[in-house]
Amino acid sequence: MPVQYRGVIEEHLAVRSHAGLFDVSHMGEIEIRGPDALALCQKVTANDVSRIKVSQAQYNLLLNEDGGTVDDLLVYRLEADHFLLCVNAATTEKDTRWLMDHAEGKVEIRECSDDYVQLALQGPLAQQILQRVTSMHLEEMKPFRFSFGDVSSIRCLVSRTGYTGEDGFELYCDPAQGEKLWNALLEAGSDLGLQPIGLGARDTLRLERAFPLYGHELDDHTTPLEAGLEWVTKFSKGPFLGREALLRQRQEGVRRKLVGLELLEPGIARGGYPIYMQGHKIGEVTSGTMSPSLRKPVALGYVSRKEAVEGDTVEIECRGRKVRGRIISLPFYHR
Amino acid sequence: MDFPEGLKYSKEHEWVLVEDDVAIIGITEFAQGELGDIVFVELPEVGEKISKDDPFGSLESVKAVSDIFAPISGTVVEINDALPDSPETINEDPYGDGWMIKVQMTDMNELKDLMSPEDYAEFIKQQNEEEDEDEGD
Repeated sequence: MPVQYRGVIEEHLAVRSHAGLFDVSHMGEIEIRGPDALALCQKVTANDVSRIKVSQAQYNLLLNEDGGTVDDLLVYRLEADHFLLCVNAATTEKDTRWLMDHAEGKVEIRECSDDYVQLALQGPLAQQILQRVTSMHLEEMKPFRFSFGDVSSIRCLVSRTGYTGEDGFELYCDPAQGEKLWNALLEAGSDLGLQPIGLGARDTLRLERAFPLYGHELDDHTTPLEAGLEWVTKFSKGPFLGREALLRQRQEGVRRKLVGLELLEPGIARGGYPIYMQGHKIGEVTSGTMSPSLRKPVALGYVSRKEAVEGDTVEIECRGRKVRGRIISLPFYHR
Repeated sequence: MDFPEGLKYSKEHEWVLVEDDVAIIGITEFAQGELGDIVFVELPEVGEKISKDDPFGSLESVKAVSDIFAPISGTVVEINDALPDSPETINEDPYGDGWMIKVQMTDMNELKDLMSPEDYAEFIKQQNEEEDEDEGD
Protein backbone atom coordinates (compact mmCIF):
# COMPACT_ATOMS: atom_id res chain seq x y z
CA MET A 1 0.00 0.00 0.00
CA PRO A 2 1.63 3.26 -1.08
CA VAL A 3 1.44 6.38 1.08
CA GLN A 4 -0.54 8.10 -1.64
CA TYR A 5 -1.76 7.80 -5.22
CA ARG A 6 -2.96 11.26 -6.25
CA GLY A 7 -2.41 13.09 -2.96
CA VAL A 8 -3.57 12.53 0.59
CA ILE A 9 -6.10 15.37 0.70
CA GLU A 10 -7.71 14.58 -2.64
CA GLU A 11 -7.96 10.89 -1.73
CA HIS A 12 -9.36 11.66 1.71
CA LEU A 13 -12.07 13.92 0.29
CA ALA A 14 -12.91 11.36 -2.40
CA VAL A 15 -13.75 8.82 0.33
CA ARG A 16 -15.91 11.34 2.19
CA SER A 17 -17.82 12.49 -0.90
CA HIS A 18 -17.77 9.48 -3.26
CA ALA A 19 -15.75 6.34 -2.61
CA GLY A 20 -12.24 4.99 -2.23
CA LEU A 21 -10.60 1.62 -2.69
CA PHE A 22 -7.87 0.48 -0.29
CA ASP A 23 -5.56 -2.49 -0.59
CA VAL A 24 -5.25 -3.48 3.06
CA SER A 25 -3.82 -6.92 2.46
CA HIS A 26 -1.06 -6.16 4.97
CA MET A 27 -3.61 -6.80 7.73
CA GLY A 28 -3.18 -10.15 9.50
CA GLU A 29 -5.70 -12.97 9.74
CA ILE A 30 -5.90 -15.71 12.35
CA GLU A 31 -8.39 -18.56 12.40
CA ILE A 32 -9.65 -20.13 15.59
CA ARG A 33 -11.80 -23.25 15.41
CA GLY A 34 -12.96 -26.16 17.52
CA PRO A 35 -15.38 -26.89 20.34
CA ASP A 36 -13.46 -24.57 22.70
CA ALA A 37 -12.96 -21.75 20.18
CA LEU A 38 -15.62 -19.52 21.71
CA ALA A 39 -14.23 -20.09 25.19
CA LEU A 40 -10.79 -18.96 24.02
CA CYS A 41 -12.22 -15.85 22.37
CA GLN A 42 -14.10 -14.99 25.53
CA LYS A 43 -11.05 -15.50 27.70
CA VAL A 44 -8.59 -13.33 25.77
CA THR A 45 -10.82 -10.49 24.57
CA ALA A 46 -12.73 -7.61 26.16
CA ASN A 47 -15.97 -7.76 24.19
CA ASP A 48 -18.63 -10.44 24.53
CA VAL A 49 -18.09 -12.71 21.54
CA SER A 50 -21.09 -14.86 22.51
CA ARG A 51 -23.29 -11.93 21.49
CA ILE A 52 -22.42 -12.25 17.82
CA LYS A 53 -24.15 -14.82 15.66
CA VAL A 54 -22.77 -16.55 12.60
CA SER A 55 -22.33 -13.91 9.84
CA GLN A 56 -21.70 -11.10 12.31
CA ALA A 57 -18.47 -9.25 13.01
CA GLN A 58 -17.42 -7.47 16.17
CA TYR A 59 -14.80 -4.88 17.11
CA ASN A 60 -12.77 -6.27 19.95
CA LEU A 61 -9.54 -6.02 21.94
CA LEU A 62 -7.02 -8.64 22.98
CA LEU A 63 -6.04 -7.82 26.55
CA ASN A 64 -3.25 -8.89 28.89
CA GLU A 65 -3.54 -9.58 32.64
CA ASP A 66 -2.91 -5.91 33.44
CA GLY A 67 -5.76 -4.82 31.21
CA GLY A 68 -3.25 -3.50 28.64
CA THR A 69 -4.08 -3.91 24.98
CA VAL A 70 -2.27 -6.66 23.06
CA ASP A 71 -4.09 -5.62 19.88
CA ASP A 72 -7.37 -4.33 18.51
CA LEU A 73 -9.16 -6.49 15.97
CA LEU A 74 -12.31 -7.57 14.21
CA VAL A 75 -13.77 -10.96 15.09
CA TYR A 76 -15.81 -12.68 12.37
CA ARG A 77 -18.00 -15.56 13.43
CA LEU A 78 -17.82 -17.89 10.41
CA GLU A 79 -19.56 -20.78 12.16
CA ALA A 80 -20.64 -21.43 15.73
CA ASP A 81 -17.19 -22.76 16.62
CA HIS A 82 -15.12 -21.12 13.87
CA PHE A 83 -13.81 -17.53 14.06
CA LEU A 84 -11.68 -15.38 11.80
CA LEU A 85 -9.71 -12.62 13.49
CA CYS A 86 -8.52 -9.65 11.45
CA VAL A 87 -5.58 -8.13 13.31
CA ASN A 88 -2.90 -5.50 12.76
CA ALA A 89 0.03 -6.42 10.53
CA ALA A 90 2.83 -5.66 12.96
CA THR A 91 1.15 -7.57 15.79
CA THR A 92 0.05 -10.70 13.90
CA GLU A 93 2.88 -12.84 15.21
CA LYS A 94 2.53 -11.56 18.77
CA ASP A 95 -1.24 -12.14 18.69
CA THR A 96 -0.88 -15.68 17.35
CA ARG A 97 1.58 -16.56 20.08
CA TRP A 98 -0.67 -14.91 22.69
CA LEU A 99 -3.63 -17.01 21.54
CA MET A 100 -1.61 -20.21 21.51
CA ASP A 101 -0.23 -19.53 24.99
CA HIS A 102 -3.74 -19.14 26.37
CA ALA A 103 -5.54 -21.88 24.46
CA GLU A 104 -7.17 -24.64 26.46
CA GLY A 105 -9.12 -27.70 25.41
CA LYS A 106 -10.06 -28.50 21.83
CA VAL A 107 -9.11 -25.48 19.78
CA GLU A 108 -7.06 -25.02 16.67
CA ILE A 109 -5.26 -21.73 15.99
CA ARG A 110 -3.86 -20.94 12.58
CA GLU A 111 -2.23 -17.76 11.33
CA CYS A 112 -3.52 -17.48 7.77
CA SER A 113 -2.62 -13.97 6.57
CA ASP A 114 -1.19 -15.39 3.34
CA ASP A 115 -4.57 -16.89 2.45
CA TYR A 116 -6.21 -13.50 2.00
CA VAL A 117 -6.10 -10.35 0.00
CA GLN A 118 -8.16 -7.70 1.76
CA LEU A 119 -9.63 -4.72 -0.05
CA ALA A 120 -11.73 -1.99 1.53
CA LEU A 121 -14.32 -0.14 -0.51
CA GLN A 122 -15.40 2.88 1.52
CA GLY A 123 -17.55 5.94 1.02
CA PRO A 124 -21.17 6.99 0.50
CA LEU A 125 -21.22 5.40 -2.98
CA ALA A 126 -19.60 2.13 -1.88
CA GLN A 127 -22.81 0.11 -1.97
CA GLN A 128 -23.84 1.43 -5.37
CA ILE A 129 -20.43 0.59 -6.83
CA LEU A 130 -20.17 -2.86 -5.28
CA GLN A 131 -23.70 -3.74 -6.36
CA ARG A 132 -22.66 -3.30 -9.99
CA VAL A 133 -20.36 -6.32 -9.71
CA THR A 134 -22.27 -8.62 -7.39
CA SER A 135 -25.72 -10.11 -7.04
CA MET A 136 -25.44 -10.19 -3.26
CA HIS A 137 -28.25 -8.31 -1.50
CA LEU A 138 -26.12 -5.49 -0.19
CA GLU A 139 -28.99 -3.26 0.88
CA GLU A 140 -29.97 -5.95 3.36
CA MET A 141 -26.51 -6.20 4.86
CA LYS A 142 -26.39 -4.19 8.08
CA PRO A 143 -23.21 -2.76 9.60
CA PHE A 144 -20.97 -5.42 11.14
CA ARG A 145 -22.65 -8.20 9.12
CA PHE A 146 -20.92 -10.24 6.49
CA SER A 147 -21.64 -12.96 3.98
CA PHE A 148 -19.89 -14.94 1.28
CA GLY A 149 -20.64 -14.23 -2.34
CA ASP A 150 -19.23 -13.65 -5.80
CA VAL A 151 -17.90 -10.24 -6.70
CA SER A 152 -17.06 -10.07 -10.39
CA SER A 153 -17.09 -13.91 -10.33
CA ILE A 154 -14.53 -13.95 -7.50
CA ARG A 155 -15.48 -15.70 -4.27
CA CYS A 156 -15.28 -13.18 -1.42
CA LEU A 157 -16.11 -12.68 2.20
CA VAL A 158 -17.87 -9.31 2.11
CA SER A 159 -18.42 -7.46 5.37
CA ARG A 160 -20.03 -4.11 6.04
CA THR A 161 -17.16 -2.76 8.08
CA GLY A 162 -14.37 -0.25 7.70
CA TYR A 163 -11.91 2.15 9.23
CA THR A 164 -12.94 5.45 7.67
CA GLY A 165 -16.15 6.51 9.40
CA GLU A 166 -18.04 6.12 6.12
CA ASP A 167 -20.37 3.40 4.97
CA GLY A 168 -18.46 0.70 3.18
CA PHE A 169 -17.30 -2.85 2.80
CA GLU A 170 -14.24 -4.96 3.38
CA LEU A 171 -13.66 -7.83 0.98
CA TYR A 172 -11.44 -10.84 1.57
CA CYS A 173 -10.46 -13.15 -1.29
CA ASP A 174 -7.86 -15.59 -2.57
CA PRO A 175 -4.60 -13.70 -3.24
CA ALA A 176 -4.49 -15.21 -6.74
CA GLN A 177 -7.68 -13.25 -7.51
CA GLY A 178 -6.69 -10.08 -5.69
CA GLU A 179 -5.52 -8.05 -8.65
CA LYS A 180 -8.57 -9.00 -10.66
CA LEU A 181 -10.86 -7.95 -7.83
CA TRP A 182 -9.01 -4.65 -7.41
CA ASN A 183 -9.33 -3.85 -11.12
CA ALA A 184 -12.97 -4.94 -11.30
CA LEU A 185 -13.93 -2.65 -8.41
CA LEU A 186 -11.95 0.31 -9.70
CA GLU A 187 -13.59 -0.05 -13.09
CA ALA A 188 -17.06 -0.43 -11.58
CA GLY A 189 -16.64 2.88 -9.78
CA SER A 190 -14.68 4.82 -12.37
CA ASP A 191 -17.65 6.97 -13.41
CA LEU A 192 -18.71 7.53 -9.79
CA GLY A 193 -15.52 9.17 -8.57
CA LEU A 194 -13.95 6.06 -7.04
CA GLN A 195 -10.24 6.49 -6.39
CA PRO A 196 -7.48 4.22 -5.08
CA ILE A 197 -6.48 5.35 -1.59
CA GLY A 198 -3.10 5.18 0.10
CA LEU A 199 -1.88 4.82 3.66
CA GLY A 200 -1.78 8.59 4.22
CA ALA A 201 -5.51 9.10 3.73
CA ARG A 202 -6.27 5.87 5.58
CA ASP A 203 -4.66 7.52 8.60
CA THR A 204 -6.35 10.92 8.25
CA LEU A 205 -9.75 9.28 7.71
CA ARG A 206 -9.52 7.13 10.81
CA LEU A 207 -8.11 10.00 12.83
CA GLU A 208 -11.01 12.34 12.03
CA ARG A 209 -13.34 9.62 13.25
CA ALA A 210 -11.07 9.04 16.32
CA PHE A 211 -10.60 5.35 15.58
CA PRO A 212 -7.53 4.19 17.51
CA LEU A 213 -4.40 3.03 15.69
CA TYR A 214 -2.45 0.33 17.46
CA GLY A 215 0.99 1.59 18.45
CA HIS A 216 -0.36 5.13 18.77
CA GLU A 217 -3.55 5.26 20.84
CA LEU A 218 -3.27 1.64 21.99
CA ASP A 219 -0.42 -0.52 23.23
CA ASP A 220 0.40 -3.19 25.82
CA HIS A 221 0.37 -0.60 28.60
CA THR A 222 -2.83 1.19 27.64
CA THR A 223 -6.21 -0.02 28.87
CA PRO A 224 -9.55 0.30 27.09
CA LEU A 225 -10.80 2.49 29.94
CA GLU A 226 -8.02 4.99 29.26
CA ALA A 227 -8.58 4.78 25.50
CA GLY A 228 -12.29 5.56 25.69
CA LEU A 229 -13.16 1.96 24.77
CA GLU A 230 -15.15 1.07 27.87
CA TRP A 231 -18.04 0.32 25.51
CA VAL A 232 -16.03 -2.60 24.11
CA THR A 233 -15.32 -3.97 27.58
CA LYS A 234 -18.14 -6.24 28.76
CA PHE A 235 -17.51 -6.96 32.44
CA SER A 236 -20.82 -8.80 32.59
CA LYS A 237 -19.67 -11.61 30.29
CA GLY A 238 -17.71 -13.36 33.04
CA PRO A 239 -13.97 -13.90 33.50
CA PHE A 240 -11.46 -12.65 30.94
CA LEU A 241 -7.80 -11.68 31.00
CA GLY A 242 -7.39 -8.25 32.52
CA ARG A 243 -10.86 -8.11 34.02
CA GLU A 244 -9.70 -7.74 37.64
CA ALA A 245 -7.17 -5.04 36.73
CA LEU A 246 -9.80 -3.15 34.76
CA LEU A 247 -12.41 -3.40 37.52
CA ARG A 248 -9.85 -1.99 39.93
CA GLN A 249 -8.97 0.79 37.51
CA ARG A 250 -12.61 1.60 36.97
CA GLN A 251 -13.17 1.87 40.69
CA GLU A 252 -10.09 3.99 41.35
CA GLY A 253 -10.60 6.06 38.23
CA VAL A 254 -8.19 6.25 35.32
CA ARG A 255 -5.15 8.46 35.72
CA ARG A 256 -5.02 9.43 32.07
CA LYS A 257 -7.55 9.60 29.30
CA LEU A 258 -7.58 9.88 25.54
CA VAL A 259 -8.91 13.25 24.42
CA GLY A 260 -9.45 15.15 21.21
CA LEU A 261 -7.51 18.34 20.61
CA GLU A 262 -7.84 21.14 18.11
CA LEU A 263 -5.09 23.66 17.53
CA LEU A 264 -6.13 27.30 17.78
CA GLU A 265 -2.98 28.56 16.04
CA PRO A 266 -1.21 27.35 12.91
CA GLY A 267 0.82 24.18 13.36
CA ILE A 268 0.44 20.44 13.34
CA ALA A 269 0.63 18.32 16.47
CA ARG A 270 2.21 14.94 15.89
CA GLY A 271 2.71 11.80 17.95
CA GLY A 272 5.03 12.33 20.92
CA TYR A 273 4.62 16.12 21.21
CA PRO A 274 4.13 17.18 24.85
CA ILE A 275 0.87 18.76 26.03
CA TYR A 276 1.00 21.48 28.68
CA MET A 277 -1.57 23.21 30.83
CA GLN A 278 -0.56 26.36 32.67
CA GLY A 279 3.09 25.46 32.27
CA HIS A 280 2.76 21.87 33.54
CA LYS A 281 3.12 18.89 31.29
CA ILE A 282 -0.13 16.94 31.42
CA GLY A 283 0.33 14.48 28.59
CA GLU A 284 1.40 13.66 25.07
CA VAL A 285 -0.04 13.64 21.59
CA THR A 286 -0.49 10.17 20.05
CA SER A 287 -1.59 11.13 16.51
CA GLY A 288 -2.21 14.41 14.77
CA THR A 289 -2.81 15.84 11.35
CA MET A 290 -4.38 18.63 9.36
CA SER A 291 -7.95 17.39 9.04
CA PRO A 292 -8.83 17.53 5.34
CA SER A 293 -12.60 17.53 6.04
CA LEU A 294 -12.55 20.16 8.78
CA ARG A 295 -9.59 22.09 7.38
CA LYS A 296 -8.03 22.54 10.79
CA PRO A 297 -5.29 20.79 12.74
CA VAL A 298 -6.57 18.10 15.11
CA ALA A 299 -4.89 15.55 17.34
CA LEU A 300 -5.49 12.72 19.76
CA GLY A 301 -3.53 12.50 22.96
CA TYR A 302 -3.45 11.24 26.51
CA VAL A 303 -3.76 13.76 29.32
CA SER A 304 -3.96 13.25 33.06
CA ARG A 305 -7.56 12.76 34.04
CA LYS A 306 -8.13 15.73 36.28
CA GLU A 307 -7.08 18.11 33.52
CA ALA A 308 -9.12 16.44 30.84
CA VAL A 309 -12.08 18.76 30.63
CA GLU A 310 -13.64 19.66 27.34
CA GLY A 311 -13.20 23.27 26.41
CA ASP A 312 -9.98 23.72 28.38
CA THR A 313 -7.10 25.47 26.70
CA VAL A 314 -3.77 23.68 26.50
CA GLU A 315 -0.44 24.26 24.82
CA ILE A 316 1.20 21.72 22.56
CA GLU A 317 4.91 21.95 21.98
CA CYS A 318 5.39 21.55 18.24
CA ARG A 319 9.09 21.34 17.47
CA GLY A 320 10.09 23.73 20.21
CA ARG A 321 7.20 26.13 19.61
CA LYS A 322 4.20 26.27 21.97
CA VAL A 323 0.94 26.24 20.04
CA ARG A 324 -2.40 26.94 21.73
CA GLY A 325 -4.98 24.20 21.55
CA ARG A 326 -8.25 23.16 23.11
CA ILE A 327 -9.70 19.89 24.34
CA ILE A 328 -12.77 19.07 22.25
CA SER A 329 -15.24 16.22 22.02
CA LEU A 330 -14.68 13.17 19.83
CA PRO A 331 -15.06 12.23 17.08
CA PHE A 332 -13.83 15.26 15.15
CA TYR A 333 -15.86 14.25 12.14
CA HIS A 334 -19.47 13.08 12.01
CA ARG A 335 -20.89 11.44 8.93
CA MET B 1 9.87 17.22 -14.31
CA ASP B 2 10.66 20.88 -14.71
CA PHE B 3 14.04 22.47 -13.81
CA PRO B 4 13.82 26.06 -15.02
CA GLU B 5 16.90 27.70 -16.51
CA GLY B 6 18.32 30.67 -14.66
CA LEU B 7 17.83 29.05 -11.26
CA LYS B 8 20.46 27.40 -9.09
CA TYR B 9 19.67 24.29 -7.10
CA SER B 10 20.77 22.83 -3.75
CA LYS B 11 21.12 19.20 -2.68
CA GLU B 12 18.34 19.87 -0.18
CA HIS B 13 16.05 20.58 -3.14
CA GLU B 14 15.77 24.33 -2.92
CA TRP B 15 16.05 26.67 -5.85
CA VAL B 16 17.71 30.07 -5.78
CA LEU B 17 17.09 32.96 -8.15
CA VAL B 18 19.79 35.62 -7.89
CA GLU B 19 18.97 39.28 -8.57
CA ASP B 20 22.06 41.37 -7.83
CA ASP B 21 22.91 40.46 -4.23
CA VAL B 22 19.40 39.27 -3.33
CA ALA B 23 18.49 35.59 -3.53
CA ILE B 24 14.88 34.42 -3.90
CA ILE B 25 14.49 30.94 -2.40
CA GLY B 26 11.87 28.25 -2.87
CA ILE B 27 11.66 24.46 -3.05
CA THR B 28 11.80 22.49 -6.28
CA GLU B 29 9.03 20.68 -8.04
CA PHE B 30 10.71 17.43 -7.04
CA ALA B 31 10.67 18.45 -3.36
CA GLN B 32 6.99 19.43 -3.35
CA GLY B 33 6.12 16.12 -5.00
CA GLU B 34 8.04 14.16 -2.38
CA LEU B 35 6.38 16.08 0.46
CA GLY B 36 2.84 15.77 -0.84
CA ASP B 37 0.07 18.17 0.17
CA ILE B 38 1.72 20.96 2.12
CA VAL B 39 -0.53 22.18 4.94
CA PHE B 40 1.72 24.28 7.13
CA VAL B 41 4.63 26.61 6.44
CA GLU B 42 6.94 28.09 9.03
CA LEU B 43 9.11 30.94 7.72
CA PRO B 44 11.69 33.19 9.39
CA GLU B 45 10.93 36.85 10.03
CA VAL B 46 12.22 39.77 8.02
CA GLY B 47 15.55 40.85 9.47
CA GLU B 48 16.49 37.37 10.64
CA LYS B 49 19.90 36.06 9.66
CA ILE B 50 20.16 32.64 8.10
CA SER B 51 23.31 30.57 7.53
CA LYS B 52 24.04 28.16 4.76
CA ASP B 53 23.07 24.55 5.57
CA ASP B 54 21.13 25.51 8.72
CA PRO B 55 17.34 25.13 8.85
CA PHE B 56 15.52 28.45 8.42
CA GLY B 57 11.95 27.15 8.48
CA SER B 58 9.82 24.08 8.03
CA LEU B 59 7.20 22.63 5.77
CA GLU B 60 4.60 20.15 6.91
CA SER B 61 2.58 17.94 4.68
CA VAL B 62 -0.32 15.87 5.94
CA LYS B 63 2.04 13.03 6.71
CA ALA B 64 5.38 14.53 7.63
CA VAL B 65 7.38 17.57 8.65
CA SER B 66 10.58 18.69 6.91
CA ASP B 67 13.12 21.36 7.72
CA ILE B 68 14.06 23.78 5.00
CA PHE B 69 17.82 24.29 4.85
CA ALA B 70 19.36 27.57 3.78
CA PRO B 71 21.17 27.19 0.47
CA ILE B 72 23.09 30.44 1.11
CA SER B 73 23.76 32.80 4.04
CA GLY B 74 22.34 36.25 4.54
CA THR B 75 19.60 38.42 5.99
CA VAL B 76 15.93 37.85 5.24
CA VAL B 77 14.58 40.96 3.52
CA GLU B 78 11.14 39.70 2.48
CA ILE B 79 8.95 36.66 3.10
CA ASN B 80 6.05 35.37 1.05
CA ASP B 81 3.18 36.50 3.32
CA ALA B 82 0.60 34.58 1.32
CA LEU B 83 2.04 31.16 2.15
CA PRO B 84 0.89 30.68 5.77
CA ASP B 85 -2.74 31.05 4.63
CA SER B 86 -2.37 29.07 1.42
CA PRO B 87 0.55 26.65 1.78
CA GLU B 88 -0.80 24.61 -1.13
CA THR B 89 0.59 27.35 -3.41
CA ILE B 90 3.97 25.64 -3.00
CA ASN B 91 2.53 22.44 -4.49
CA GLU B 92 0.76 24.29 -7.26
CA ASP B 93 3.48 26.72 -8.32
CA PRO B 94 6.80 25.89 -6.62
CA TYR B 95 8.91 28.10 -8.92
CA GLY B 96 6.48 31.02 -9.03
CA ASP B 97 3.91 32.07 -6.43
CA GLY B 98 5.28 29.38 -4.11
CA TRP B 99 8.57 31.25 -3.48
CA MET B 100 9.39 31.44 0.22
CA ILE B 101 11.91 34.13 1.15
CA LYS B 102 14.21 36.80 -0.26
CA VAL B 103 17.64 37.03 1.29
CA GLN B 104 20.34 39.68 1.07
CA MET B 105 23.41 37.52 0.56
CA THR B 106 26.56 37.97 2.63
CA ASP B 107 28.85 35.68 0.63
CA MET B 108 28.37 35.47 -3.11
CA ASN B 109 30.97 32.70 -3.24
CA GLU B 110 28.45 30.32 -1.72
CA LEU B 111 26.59 30.31 -5.03
CA LYS B 112 29.40 28.17 -6.45
CA ASP B 113 28.22 25.26 -4.32
CA LEU B 114 24.82 25.25 -6.01
CA MET B 115 23.93 23.21 -9.07
CA SER B 116 22.90 24.14 -12.58
CA PRO B 117 19.55 22.80 -13.89
CA GLU B 118 21.40 20.05 -15.79
CA ASP B 119 23.44 19.00 -12.75
CA TYR B 120 20.36 19.03 -10.53
CA ALA B 121 18.41 16.91 -13.01
CA GLU B 122 21.28 14.41 -12.95
CA PHE B 123 21.38 14.58 -9.12
CA ILE B 124 17.66 13.71 -8.93
CA LYS B 125 18.12 10.88 -11.39
CA GLN B 126 20.90 9.38 -9.28
CA GLN B 127 18.83 9.73 -6.11
CA ASN B 128 15.93 7.94 -7.72
CA GLU B 129 18.19 5.13 -8.85
CA GLU B 130 19.60 4.72 -5.34
CA GLU B 131 16.07 4.65 -3.96
CA ASP B 132 15.09 1.96 -6.45
CA GLU B 133 18.08 -0.12 -5.39
CA ASP B 134 17.12 0.27 -1.73
CA GLU B 135 13.62 -0.92 -2.47
CA GLY B 136 15.00 -3.92 -4.32
CA ASP B 137 16.86 -5.13 -1.23
